[in-house]
Amino acid sequence: MKTVFSVLTVVAGIVVIWYLACVPMNIKGVLDQAQRAGEKVVPDTANARRDAAALGLVAKNTFAINRVWSVDRPRLPAPHQVVTELWQTTVMKKVTSKRSLIYHAHVTLSATLLGFALGTGLGILLSVGIVHSRVMDMSVMPWAIVSQTIPIIALAPMIIVVLYSIGVQGLLPKAIIAAYLSFFPVVVGMVKGLRSPDQMQLDLMRTYGASGGQLFWKLRLPSSMPYLFASLKIGIAASLVGAIVGELPTGAVAGLGARLLAGSYYGQTVQIWSALFAAAILAGLLVALLGLVERTLLGRMGVKS
Amino acid sequence: MTLVMLLLVVLIWALGWWINARLANGAQSETRAVKLAVPAIFGLTLLIVWELLVRGLGVPMVILPAPSLIAARFAGSLAILWADFSQTILKGALGGYVIGCGAAVLTAILVDRSDFLRRGLLPVGNFVAALPIVGTAPILVMWFGFDWQSKAAVVVVMVFFPMLVNTVAGLREASDMQRDLMQTYAASYWQSLTKLRLPAALPFVFNGLKISTTLALVGAIVAEFFGSPTVGMGFRISTSVGQLALDMVWAEIVVAALAGSLFYGLIAVMEKMLTFWHPSQRG
Repeated sequence: MKTVFSVLTVVAGIVVIWYLACVPMNIKGVLDQAQRAGEKVVPDTANARRDAAALGLVAKNTFAINRVWSVDRPRLPAPHQVVTELWQTTVMKKVTSKRSLIYHAHVTLSATLLGFALGTGLGILLSVGIVHSRVMDMSVMPWAIVSQTIPIIALAPMIIVVLYSIGVQGLLPKAIIAAYLSFFPVVVGMVKGLRSPDQMQLDLMRTYGASGGQLFWKLRLPSSMPYLFASLKIGIAASLVGAIVGELPTGAVAGLGARLLAGSYYGQTVQIWSALFAAAILAGLLVALLGLVERTLLGRMGVKS
Repeated sequence: MTLVMLLLVVLIWALGWWINARLANGAQSETRAVKLAVPAIFGLTLLIVWELLVRGLGVPMVILPAPSLIAARFAGSLAILWADFSQTILKGALGGYVIGCGAAVLTAILVDRSDFLRRGLLPVGNFVAALPIVGTAPILVMWFGFDWQSKAAVVVVMVFFPMLVNTVAGLREASDMQRDLMQTYAASYWQSLTKLRLPAALPFVFNGLKISTTLALVGAIVAEFFGSPTVGMGFRISTSVGQLALDMVWAEIVVAALAGSLFYGLIAVMEKMLTFWHPSQRG
C-alpha cells in the first residue's frame, strides 16, 4: 500500500515536471504564432528570440504561458495532448483504419511475437545442446557471451534489404531481427538454468538410476524455469525493440516504427509521442503477461518466489 | 565444381569439429590455452566455410559478401571507418555514457536519502528500463539537431534508468552491522557514504555500467537512422545498404563489434581492479 502511494507520487512528480518543461520548450513557437496573429511580443523579431534564453522569454511574455500546452505542433507536447491523441487513435478509430494505433501496434506485435517464438525456441534448443555437449559448450558459448557486448541491432537494415532482394518481405524480416535479439539472452540464461541443479541433486537422480532423458525432464528442465522466465522478460522487450527498429530502414508503411519515422519526417510530434507511449504500453503489457505466466507456472511447480 | 566445393566445406567443418572434440574432451581441456583455442578454431572454421560457400555457390555480393572481401574493404577504407568511429562511438556513445551514468549515480545518491522516494522510484525505474527507449530518438534528434549531441542525448536516456536501478540497489548493500559500526565510529553521512556504502555498491555499479555499454552503442547507432551529418556508423550503414555496398556495411559491423567488446572489456578490467575484494572477483 505504502509502495503504491510512493509510486503514484513519483509518477505525479514526473507529470508535473513534464508540464513545467513544456513552458520553456514551446515558448518560442507560441510567440512566433502570437506575433503572426498581430499581438505584441517583447523581442519583436524572430531572430532576436532565437538567441534569447527560453526562461527570459517566458518572464517577458507572461500572457503566452497558458498557450504552451495546446500548441498544434509543439516541440514538447503536453501529457494531455498525448493522452487525447492516444484515445483518438485507439478507441475512436476503427481498428482496420490506417490511422488507428491498434492497427499499427498489431503489425508490430505480430512481428515481435513471431520473432520471440523463433528466437526462444532456437535459444532453448541451442542451450540444451550446449549443456549436453562439451565441444559445443567450449566453442559456441564464448561467442554467445561476446555477442551480448556488441550492438547486433546494427545488422537490422542489412537483413531487411538482403531478404527483400531475395524476395522475402513483410512480417518475416522484422521477425528475424526480433528473433536474433531475443536469442542470445535466452541462450545465456537457459544454460545457467540447466546447470543450476547442484551436485547433490544430480547424485540423487543417479542413485535412483535415472536415465539421461529422465535427468533432463525431471531435474534440469524444471530447475531452469526461474532462469528461463528472467531471460524471457529481457528477450521480449528486446524483440519489441527489434521489430520497431526493423521497420525503420525500409520506410515501412505500417507498424509503430513506421509511425515514429513518419512523425519525425513531418514534424508531427504528438504522433511520435503517442507511438512511443503505445510501444511502452505494449512492452509493459508483454512483460506483465510473462510475469503472470511465470507466477502461475512456478506457483504450481512449487517454486518459492 | 560446386559439388567439390560442398564436399570441401563438409570436410573442413568435420575437421574443425574433430579438432575441437579432441581438445575439449582431452586431458588438457581445463587449461587456459585450450579454452581460448576452441572458440577460436570454431570461429575460424565458420569463416572458412562462409568464404568457401559464398565463392563456391556464387552468392552475389548484394546478398552476402565473402569475409575476404569484407577484410579488403575494411583495410581499404580505414580513414572513413575511423571518422565514423570517432563520430558515433567517441563523441555520441561515450559522451552520452559518461553523462548518463554520472547523472544516474548522483540521482541514486540523492534518492537513497529518502526511503519514500526510493520505494516509489525503483518500480518506475524498473519499468522504464524495460521500455523501447530507442523510440525517443526521433524526438531527441528534433530537439538537439543532427550532430552528435542528439545521439549523446539518446544514450543518456537509454543508460540512465538501468544505471539508476543498479546503483540504488547497490547503495543498500552495506549491512546493518556495517552501518552500525560506522555510526559507533561517529562517521558523518559523507564519511559513511564514501568509505562504506559507495565501495560496497561498486559491484552493482559495475553491473549497471556493463549493461550500459551495449545500450550506449545501440542508442548511438540507431539514433543516426533518424538523421545525422554525413558521417557516423549508423549513417554509413543505412546509406551503404541503400547503395547495396554490403561489404561496407559488414566492415562497419566489424567496427561495432570490436568497439563493443573493447568497451565492455575496459569496464571489466576496471571492475577487476576496483572490486578485487569481492567474492566474485577473488574466485
